[in-house]
Amino acid sequence: MLTLGPIGFATPALLLALLALPVLWWLLRAIPPAPVIHRFPGVALLIGLKDTETETDRTPWWLLALRALAVAALILAFSGPVLNPQPVIVSDRPLLVITDASWASARDWPQREARMAEILREAQRMGRPVDLVALTDLPSVHSGFRAADYWADRLPAIQPAPFVADAAQIAAWAETLPDRFDSYWLSDGLDHPYRAALLDQLQTRGAVTAFETSRVPLALAPPVLRDGVVEITAHRPDGLPAQEVQITATGRDPAGIERILASGSAGFADGATKARMDLTLQPELRNRIARFQIGGERSAGAVALTDDALQRRKVALLTGREGREGLDLLSPFFYLRQALSPVAELIESPSVDDLLLTSPDVVILVDVARLSEVESAQMLDFVNDGGMLLRFAGPRLAASDVARSEEDPLMPVRLRIGGRTVGGAMSWGEPQHLRDFAEGSPFEGLRIPDEVTISAQVLAQPDPFLSDRTIASLADGTPLITRKFSGNGQVVLIHTTANSEWSGLPLSGLFVEMLERLAVSTRPAAPDVDELAALQWQPQRALDGFGQVLDASSAPVVEGDKLADRAFSQTLPPGIYSSAAGSFALNVGQADMQLLRAGWPASVSVERDSVAQERELASLFLLIAFGALMVDLLAALWVSGRLRRGAVAALGLVAMLLAAPQASADDDRLARVATSEVVLAHVLTGDARVDQVTEAGLRGLGQVLRLRTSVEPGAPIGVDIERDELTFFPFLYWPITEDMPIPSDSAYARLNSYLRGGGMIMFDTRDAELAGLTRTTPEARRLQAIARALDIPPLEPVPDDHVLTRTFYLMQEFPGRHTGRDVWVEAGPPDAELAEGMPFRNLNDGVTPVIIGGHDWAAAWAVDESGLPMFRIGQGITGERQREMAYRFGVNLITHVLTGNYKSDQVHVPALLERLGQ
Amino acid sequence: MTPAPGLAEFRSRAEALAVALPALLAQAEHLAASVLPGVHGRRRSGAGDEFWQYRQATASDWGARIDWRRSARADVHFVRETEWQAAQAVTLWVDHSQAMGFSGHKSRPSKAARAQLLALALAVLLLKGGERVGLMPDLPARSGRAQLDPLAAHLCGAADAADYGSPPLAELPPHSQAVFLSDFLGAPEAVRQAVGQAADRGVRGVLLHVLDPAEEAFPYQGRSIFTSMAGGLRHETLRAADLQARYRARLAERKEMLASLARATGWQVLTHHTDQPPATALMGLWQLVDAGRGRI
Repeated sequence: MLTLGPIGFATPALLLALLALPVLWWLLRAIPPAPVIHRFPGVALLIGLKDTETETDRTPWWLLALRALAVAALILAFSGPVLNPQPVIVSDRPLLVITDASWASARDWPQREARMAEILREAQRMGRPVDLVALTDLPSVHSGFRAADYWADRLPAIQPAPFVADAAQIAAWAETLPDRFDSYWLSDGLDHPYRAALLDQLQTRGAVTAFETSRVPLALAPPVLRDGVVEITAHRPDGLPAQEVQITATGRDPAGIERILASGSAGFADGATKARMDLTLQPELRNRIARFQIGGERSAGAVALTDDALQRRKVALLTGREGREGLDLLSPFFYLRQALSPVAELIESPSVDDLLLTSPDVVILVDVARLSEVESAQMLDFVNDGGMLLRFAGPRLAASDVARSEEDPLMPVRLRIGGRTVGGAMSWGEPQHLRDFAEGSPFEGLRIPDEVTISAQVLAQPDPFLSDRTIASLADGTPLITRKFSGNGQVVLIHTTANSEWSGLPLSGLFVEMLERLAVSTRPAAPDVDELAALQWQPQRALDGFGQVLDASSAPVVEGDKLADRAFSQTLPPGIYSSAAGSFALNVGQADMQLLRAGWPASVSVERDSVAQERELASLFLLIAFGALMVDLLAALWVSGRLRRGAVAALGLVAMLLAAPQASADDDRLARVATSEVVLAHVLTGDARVDQVTEAGLRGLGQVLRLRTSVEPGAPIGVDIERDELTFFPFLYWPITEDMPIPSDSAYARLNSYLRGGGMIMFDTRDAELAGLTRTTPEARRLQAIARALDIPPLEPVPDDHVLTRTFYLMQEFPGRHTGRDVWVEAGPPDAELAEGMPFRNLNDGVTPVIIGGHDWAAAWAVDESGLPMFRIGQGITGERQREMAYRFGVNLITHVLTGNYKSDQVHVPALLERLGQ
Repeated sequence: MTPAPGLAEFRSRAEALAVALPALLAQAEHLAASVLPGVHGRRRSGAGDEFWQYRQATASDWGARIDWRRSARADVHFVRETEWQAAQAVTLWVDHSQAMGFSGHKSRPSKAARAQLLALALAVLLLKGGERVGLMPDLPARSGRAQLDPLAAHLCGAADAADYGSPPLAELPPHSQAVFLSDFLGAPEAVRQAVGQAADRGVRGVLLHVLDPAEEAFPYQGRSIFTSMAGGLRHETLRAADLQARYRARLAERKEMLASLARATGWQVLTHHTDQPPATALMGLWQLVDAGRGRI
């Protein structure tokens, strides 16, 4: 190799071709440029003229220089130029290439791989035999040196492992090494237990060269949940300057798509080895997190998988419908809250519906005897879908006739009438202790404190399967806790109360442990070594060296003691393991780990990646040659005066590319229009005429609202209930046609959530005229069919004191195009009383979710483009009066929709005035 | 109903032609209007008066031609002469050859376009003056504005396939005038012959030598191949710049040939370059033709 300054040439002989350049110069000058063809009438005068000189015009010198440059660049490119050629160590001793191949080397793996390839190439040139070894994937004995090209083929198969190599295995392997060879060690930059010993072994056999990259690996310890705050700690070796790292939490979103759920940053102080990030997250979000990761770090150490330690179960507590205020220590909920609130997400509500909407893991019923039929069905669905229903007994359950004669699906056993009391003032016996938990019971192994006694319980009927369902019993053999599996879920009954009225159980630590065993609550801390070792674990997901999560559910089961020892191997990679006791995340990082930087003795020569690397320049020279030829092309065109058309064509092409239409779908259009101002919406029925009239009606109503009130609605929008999102609209006008299709299930789901979320739908059957004559109309029947699946509360005809009669105008009738017939709204509570001194009842509920009528209001409101009424109403002045009343109803309606029942608050006016001292 | 393809093609060609016609006509009339005042106004004073002059009767005059009323006021007899009633005929020839399609720069019109414009503008002037105007080779001289349309149509006709044009040896009306507009780069013999033949019949005329500045200057250099417009002629040179002087000499020779031909036949030669305004050329042309009219 010939070296000139920083550039070396692999085949310097080719440089001789540069001598040919002057020849080329001469040739280019000698050969005339291509003739230019002119169409020229004056040629008639030229005929017969002879050239005085035989030599043509010269090619301009700069064009010649350009061409010479292109050719020179080509010659240089093919002579194999290399920038910073590495000095070559001439040796014929065998070479042992060692790479740590641990998680810490994963991040810079491409560099290491490139370096290994370089070494192999060099060794091949020298003809040195090579052995290439990844310490995490060692053969049991040294397998001998081979030709370098053998390893070059196998290089891609060597990948970093997600753990650190085992010292014992390395020591055994090192014993089998032959006598004389040189070593090249690609270190991951960390000091591992095996390193010093192995280095000694290698140095006794020959020279050792080490390779390190300048970037220091970072690791992430498993996250810890403390007081609802997730603490994530990043580790690094000491002696480094201040540094900020980005940590992201990844998990599945509700749609099941993996994405970044949260992120934050942790700052290492100057010289510090730890940096902590605290993350406060909503429990739902937290439960979804699958792993934490240091941004920009591609290694298994920079990933911390999460397991049950971060999960909190959602427990729904059906609170009493009557409050016993002031008696906290007697309330069964007090003990449950105490036991559960530190370890579970508690949701409390008196409504079963609300509780189930939050999709809890467990529902607890405390001394609830009977649920309504609908609630029972919902609860049964919940249990069958894998939920857990935990019931506590109590006086009310004992007094009821639930599960007396036949088994209740929401009770594990049948109950005998009355329950029993032991050890009370009026009984013979002593309060009963618990019997030791039987083998196979979920409570097996729990210690029963002496002070736990039971003085009252509800008794189970002795059915054939009673013993199977009993998971805890009293000393006398009567069941204390029974359990029944139903569908995918289970129903558990604790035959005593959740407060200390009937037993001392809730006062003891056993109560908490039992709840934990029942998986009502979860372990606050990771399982300890004994717990781990006792079980067999099935790998679920595994990490590779780069920190990628792979599915491992087909991998063989792992013994718990290996897991407890953290004895990583190819069959036991870091990952998520599951067993009956839950899931366990085996992470590379540990809370107490310490990362140490590898130090090398002076006898080892250390290469770093910052050393100027060999760089082949052939492509650069080829590029120069190509560029010069392109410029030459343009220049040649310019010289011959033909550049302009080409340039124009090129410019035109560029312009065309720039002007390419930018197609961007605009999906949020509806949302943006609907939320930029108040928008009245109507349901598209599919009948073009009806839709047109409805649209015109809402437009007319909007006009009136603009004129008379401060409501300024935008142009009405027709919504397709099958496709469009409804939540943006405060009000939905739904004209019913005879052949309106029944909405799909998803549309019903949207409509119901719209109604629950405070939306209002006004159904208009547009048939008041006909309905007076016949008992029912096709539209009314259609409305019934459509509304069957809607969540519509009980209805009543608009009462005289309904707030609709006075939100803006005072009115008692609600005419549209037709009059008569009742308009129906949500019924008021039956116990509402007449407010004192007011002509209306004390009603402070929400806005009615539906209004049903048949007056064809839209037709009365409808205006054409010029703002004039579209339809005639009634006769003459009376008809116009009716239209006016229709508009007034519309104004009242929209005011009601937008302001709710604030007019009802007028009942409080006397009280407020009194408070003001009047 | 869709017209037959042949018909449609014919119609579209006709329309394309019709689009060009009024434009040329309007341009020509505009150009003519800029020339009319000053020269023609004098000619028209006393228009409609057929009287020309009284002259003394000679022995050869018929008795019937003596104007007795004028003669009664004097001692001699006078003969009343009226102005020659027959209008002068002017025949135009515009070179339609391929060579006339040349334009050395895209900002300049082709020689053919310029020649057509000048010819039509001249026709407008002449027709307004009551003369008869014809176009060689097919259109006989007629008077009146109705002649303008066929004139324009003929002028806009398709170019000849021939490289260079030469004036046809048609029978010109005796003692009429002729105007030849061409670049005269073709064979000089044909021009000489046509002009000579015309002069033999007492026809006077003007040769308007229309040239592109590029043909005058020969701004080419380097290795070039020159071809005639239709490709019939071809000349290759290694150094075009070398040829410039000799080309110019040959062009001057050609001009001199035209001038000598004109001198011999009493014709006039005008040179017009397409980068000059057409009004100048028209003015010169008009004066020459007008003067010729007066000489008869």
